[in-house]
Amino acid sequence: MWNRDRWVEIFETLSKNKLRASLSGFTIAMGIFIFVTLYGFGNGLKNAFNQFFLDDATNTLWVYGGQTSKPYKGFKSRRNIEFDNEDLDQLATDFAYFIEGVTPRITRAGEVSYKTESNSYSVRAVGPVHQDIEKSLVYSGRYINQSDVKDYTKNAVIGRLVAKDLFKYEDPLGKHVIINDVAFKVVGVFSDEGGDNEERMVYIPYTTQQRLLGGSEEIDQIILTFRPEIGYAGALQLESNIMKFLKRKHSIDPEDPAGIFIRNVASDLKQNQDFASILQYIVTFVGLGTLIAGVIGISNIMVYVVRERTKELGIRKAIGATPKSIIGMILHESIFITTIAGYTGLFVGVGTLVLIGDNLEDFFIVDPQIHIGTAIFATILLIVFGAVAGYVPAKRAARIKPIIALRDE
Amino acid sequence: MIQLNNIHKSYNLKTNPLHVLKGINLSIEEGEMVAIMGASGSGKSTLLNILGMLDEADSGTYTLDDTPIVQLSETKAAQYRNKFLGFVFQSFNLISYKTALENVSLPLYYQKIPRKERLIKAKENLDKVGLGERIDHVPSELSGGEKQRVAIARALASEPKVLLADEPTGALDTKTSYDLMALIQEINEQGKTMVVITHEHDIANMCKRIVHLRDGVIVEDKKIKQVKAKDHVE
Repeated sequence: MWNRDRWVEIFETLSKNKLRASLSGFTIAMGIFIFVTLYGFGNGLKNAFNQFFLDDATNTLWVYGGQTSKPYKGFKSRRNIEFDNEDLDQLATDFAYFIEGVTPRITRAGEVSYKTESNSYSVRAVGPVHQDIEKSLVYSGRYINQSDVKDYTKNAVIGRLVAKDLFKYEDPLGKHVIINDVAFKVVGVFSDEGGDNEERMVYIPYTTQQRLLGGSEEIDQIILTFRPEIGYAGALQLESNIMKFLKRKHSIDPEDPAGIFIRNVASDLKQNQDFASILQYIVTFVGLGTLIAGVIGISNIMVYVVRERTKELGIRKAIGATPKSIIGMILHESIFITTIAGYTGLFVGVGTLVLIGDNLEDFFIVDPQIHIGTAIFATILLIVFGAVAGYVPAKRAARIKPIIALRDE
Repeated sequence: MIQLNNIHKSYNLKTNPLHVLKGINLSIEEGEMVAIMGASGSGKSTLLNILGMLDEADSGTYTLDDTPIVQLSETKAAQYRNKFLGFVFQSFNLISYKTALENVSLPLYYQKIPRKERLIKAKENLDKVGLGERIDHVPSELSGGEKQRVAIARALASEPKVLLADEPTGALDTKTSYDLMALIQEINEQGKTMVVITHEHDIANMCKRIVHLRDGVIVEDKKIKQVKAKDHVE
């Protein structure tokens, strides 16, 4: 392998047979290039899917009240189901083993003003756990905490864009804003990767909102996060148990499809991940197909190369080349070409993916990348198969009798 | 130098086997210059192939420089060819993309001689055949006679015991042929054993002994008075 003479011999041969060398090199480089870019696009598609779910926690159940569709235990149908704080507390205690946290959410429109600036935003009345569900990033101050809830404080956490709209360059922390005619103190500012709408929110303690709404204990929806360890099956089981529990508590027919609705983000995510995986399989399959086509390409070229060189190989044998040296020479040459070309294709492919970056986001391809291990594996695979493809005709050529080779005009 | 004992060789064609060599007995001493003559189909090419270890006899023994040539593996045959024999073919058989110098140094590459030494030796041999000035030319830039001189230089480079020439002048005109024969005679004068296959009488007469082959047997084997090719070169 490290014999300098062999290398000199190979370089001489290659430099004098440029067309042949560049043709076979091109096939390899093309195969790897296509594999790398396709695979990267596949990953880009998957990234796009994952991004839809990135800004919120995925281990959550969202419980909504609805209208019953069946009469039950003396209640008529078409009864509105509403939750209250008691539901919240009971869920938290009864399912304590599976649940990480639970929070209500009461959403109302709010006219929010500071000094002369005023605008309307969504005001969400929530508990501390809500921060984890939305993955709100509090970069200044703090979020709604347990004592806010306990003490009915008039504290508010505002989104980045709310702060920008109302306060301009002023620091909002500690300032008072007027929300629907009631003064709240700004205790925190947050950002959210979910986009502009998420950053135009105002959060206040749910107990405060309930008191302002006339002292009711009603809540619009209950959001709870479960322990990720319980897994997908556990999440489905938990969903059905909570459904049973709430239906019993609110006297709803267990068979009633309406009344209570639960959205399970875990199962939504799973469906989408399944879809993305299938896409990835298809892309991998196409990529493998390309690789196989590349291997077949090299095999053909190697067969042709050996055929073309039959006479030369015969001459070499007549003047003393051993079969081993003939095989060695051809293999060495083919491995050299495939390695150089393979890694060229690899770098060009990876370079293309880097250049594309997020330019194709509109086509649902986000940050297309190929794991460098996968790419190198594919390249080595092609080199190995290139060598195998070269070995068979080389072996045959080495066994051919010099007289027959020499007769081959 | 060469002993052939009762050599038989047949080729299995589709219908019936073709018996090409039917018991050849031949002994060639060191320094001899032997012409093997015969019409096409007489078996002279087959005999050369067996002498050159390019093909194997069905039966009989072959001894080359006191080494029995029997049941050779491909690798062994290649090594023996490299060590004992130099080939000159009618169609030159130079490697087209290599220069004269590279062609001549190739047998030395297979003897694993270091590159520098190889190139010096190759140059010496090209000087010997009178092509010292044309070492950087590829075969397509050389005339027929020059190509054959390169082939001879290549055959000599590995310092073989025997030079086997298969119709060396077959593709050359008369004048070039005689020039080449003068060179071959000169090499023979320096002590190299030569076997020349030819069907031309004038070429055969430039050797020291003529072996006549017909239908796979030797019909005549006589020493002759050598005609000096130099005398015919104007």
